[in-house]
Amino acid sequence: MIQNPSLVANPLVSQWLDFHEPGVVTARTGKVELGQGITTALAQVVADALGVDPHVVAMRPASTAGSPDEGFTAGSMSIPHSGDALRRASATALRLLRARAAELLGCPESDLRVEDGSFHRGSTSVGYWTVAMSTALDVPVDVEGAPGTPRPTSERTSLPRIDLADKVFGRPRFLHDLRLPDMVFGRVVHPPGRGSTLSAVDRSVALGIRGVLAVVVDGSFLGVVADSERTALEAAAALAAAATWSPPRPDLSDATVHRFLRAAPTVDTPIAVDELPADRPDTTRFRATYSRPFIAHASMAPSCAAAVWDAATALKVWSHSQGIYPLRRDIARAVGLPEAAVTVQHVEGAGCYGHNAADDVAYDAALLARAVPGRPVHVTWSRESELSWAPFGAAMVVDLDTSADGSGTITGWRYDAWGNGHSSRPGTLASPSMLAAELQAGGAPVPPSHDPPEAAGWGIGRNGVPAYRVGALSATTHRALEMPVRASALRSLGAHLNVFAIESHLDDMAHHFGVDPLEYRLRHLDDPRARAVLERVAELSDWSTPVRGDSTGRGIGFARYKNKGAWCAVVAELVAESRVELRSLWVAVDVGAVVDHDGVVNQIEGGAIQAASWTLKEQVGFDAGVVTTATWDRYPILTFSEVPAVRVEVLDRPEQPSLGAGEASMGPTAAAIGNALRAAIGVRVRDLPLTAEHVVAAMTD
Amino acid sequence: MDEVFDITVNGVGHTVSCAPDTALLWVLRGDVGLTGTRYGCGAGSCGACTVLLDGEPVHSCDTPMWSLGTRAVVTVEGLGAPGAPHPVQRAILEEQAGQCGYCLSGIVVTAAALVDSGADLDARAIRTALDGHLCRCGAHNRIVRAVARAAGVPDREEGRR
Ligand code: FES
Ligand code: FES
Repeated sequence: MIQNPSLVANPLVSQWLDFHEPGVVTARTGKVELGQGITTALAQVVADALGVDPHVVAMRPASTAGSPDEGFTAGSMSIPHSGDALRRASATALRLLRARAAELLGCPESDLRVEDGSFHRGSTSVGYWTVAMSTALDVPVDVEGAPGTPRPTSERTSLPRIDLADKVFGRPRFLHDLRLPDMVFGRVVHPPGRGSTLSAVDRSVALGIRGVLAVVVDGSFLGVVADSERTALEAAAALAAAATWSPPRPDLSDATVHRFLRAAPTVDTPIAVDELPADRPDTTRFRATYSRPFIAHASMAPSCAAAVWDAATALKVWSHSQGIYPLRRDIARAVGLPEAAVTVQHVEGAGCYGHNAADDVAYDAALLARAVPGRPVHVTWSRESELSWAPFGAAMVVDLDTSADGSGTITGWRYDAWGNGHSSRPGTLASPSMLAAELQAGGAPVPPSHDPPEAAGWGIGRNGVPAYRVGALSATTHRALEMPVRASALRSLGAHLNVFAIESHLDDMAHHFGVDPLEYRLRHLDDPRARAVLERVAELSDWSTPVRGDSTGRGIGFARYKNKGAWCAVVAELVAESRVELRSLWVAVDVGAVVDHDGVVNQIEGGAIQAASWTLKEQVGFDAGVVTTATWDRYPILTFSEVPAVRVEVLDRPEQPSLGAGEASMGPTAAAIGNALRAAIGVRVRDLPLTAEHVVAAMTD
Repeated sequence: MDEVFDITVNGVGHTVSCAPDTALLWVLRGDVGLTGTRYGCGAGSCGACTVLLDGEPVHSCDTPMWSLGTRAVVTVEGLGAPGAPHPVQRAILEEQAGQCGYCLSGIVVTAAALVDSGADLDARAIRTALDGHLCRCGAHNRIVRAVARAAGVPDREEGRR
């Protein structure tokens, strides 16, 4: 049986649940709310397993003081890990409570009826909370056997999101809204470009402003603390104007990014190592190169944190990090405190799609707060910093070289991918990975990102291997060991480009052999659940009826996320005239047993829209080391008018394990759009994003 | 040099002393203590900070205090409350129209003004009216559906299937 790492690290029922407060089931998770609705889904899991109303389940905010250590909230593993752990912990708790209730009521367990938080025997009953007073829950969670399945979707409606009302009425909810007694406000001033160092700054320009409490200069780390946010902003602007910096590295520009990835020294990792067959007379070879640029997280809220030093020996940090324990590890290392002296409390930020600047700003807050001991310092990055200094989703290049026999059957497939690794999260590298750790005097550059291993679904190579029968398969990733631009995890990691590349390539092969692209895919697919999502999306989109209209095209894309997660197929329809107008997306997805139906639809639809935005518009720009896309005007994302209609259908599999939904639609959406564009204009565009510039370049190729 | 400003926010008067070019956004979030109005860009390009000035939606991040004059400010907190939600707020909850919800404050304000204007709306017009608001989570279609519901119009559109 596969071990759930969350239960290995936190084996006791009491680490997950307690019944201390009458009428309330207090449930703890180390997974954090990233705007994906996970706390709602986990509350539903607990309620289902205990047979109570979801409203009596109180999810505790994650904190290193008391929550189970579940590493990062990433990789669509919250439901498989935390969901499974909470479901098993709840089932174990119910078993223990039932046994104790039988003793209290003096009857065999089989005489007990369980209803709504109570055990009934005839007309007498006793509630969970009374029973819990004399039941030890410091016992290991049962890990054997099926975890128990949630009720089928049809039998219940989705629970309304726990957090949404606060947001609709503008009540404090985000870390940005946190106000504590004696709180003061900090701002940091970042260098103008990559490789710039601070030459000089006149602190007096800030210290002369009324309300400024401290200016912190440490190497190239520059920040200010003031008694209000508006004063901090004013002082930061004054410091920025007064600072002089060395020039950024000149060698980094739009034109050099992809060249750089191929030229840098690499670590090569084989994923599949078949010998490819020699060409025969009837063999056709298909070779092409695909690329994507660096992509920004571009959350609607710049990252934010708060920190307070209690004397010089204890530090408390509030953060919207994806990993409170790993962040604590790195902050403790960086400030030279034992881990136990640092507490990291999670508070919600805006939507989080990977390793963004949350950890960076948390460390900024710790550094600034050291200048004003005893006072909590609240720090928010500027939009410009967020779009230029947060880690980006890694740029990548993929080469495919495939072959098919005379009948069109695929006989060989070679995949090579170049890029930086997809993870530089805190707590995982040789030295602390927060930006300021690099900027401080004597700071070491953030080490090049590493790449998740096979067990975590690879990074560069995530979905690099097709789910199709392709004959001989050779697949290698080439991880660049130089990292002029901080690259880290962004939703779906390498799967966005890999699935785009595979599915574009496959479409061209189908086209070459005059076979319908859906039919060509099905011919090479054995997995019934893969076939099912493809067949379903074809029905939804009326695939068999040819699409009409000038410059209009329809395309299909499919992947099984990480080759072991959710199955997802997408059909896109678009019109390509002076620009690409994406009209509609149809999505069919299989995430196993559905915990929260509306939550899955929301995640899949949101993912598809975000992937459409990346694929059609997004590219971080560089010029002589300076990020040229530091504002929304220069880094446009899909707008309300540009967002297509999206129809999502979830194939419920109540008997199957639940799988995460957050990342499954990214790759297939990109692929479906690329294929729809090919169908509309007859030209294959292989460099993302699919802007007019790249379309014109592909036409002239 | 700081100046003194008397402003009305959600019907309540406040006296604030600040530099005249301070953006209304920071006065609301700081001096007034209403954090529902959000900072997204500070440059008028994301819509997160939208408030009503005498009923007109504006970006509070690029509204300097000196320009306010006597105009009354209404923020998302002033539009409705759980017991008495604005129809747009109620519809967003009914449609579960949001993910992280950071974009919602500004969207609620713009949409409330739109719906309250009594203008002839359809889904396309709602989309166009919301084009100044960015949402990174991809909640757009649900939001359009919610606003259409609040306005009592269908959410179907020509060309999108
Ligand atoms: S914060 Fe005002 S428009 Fe973005
Ligand atoms: S719901 Fe997250 S930005 Fe709109």
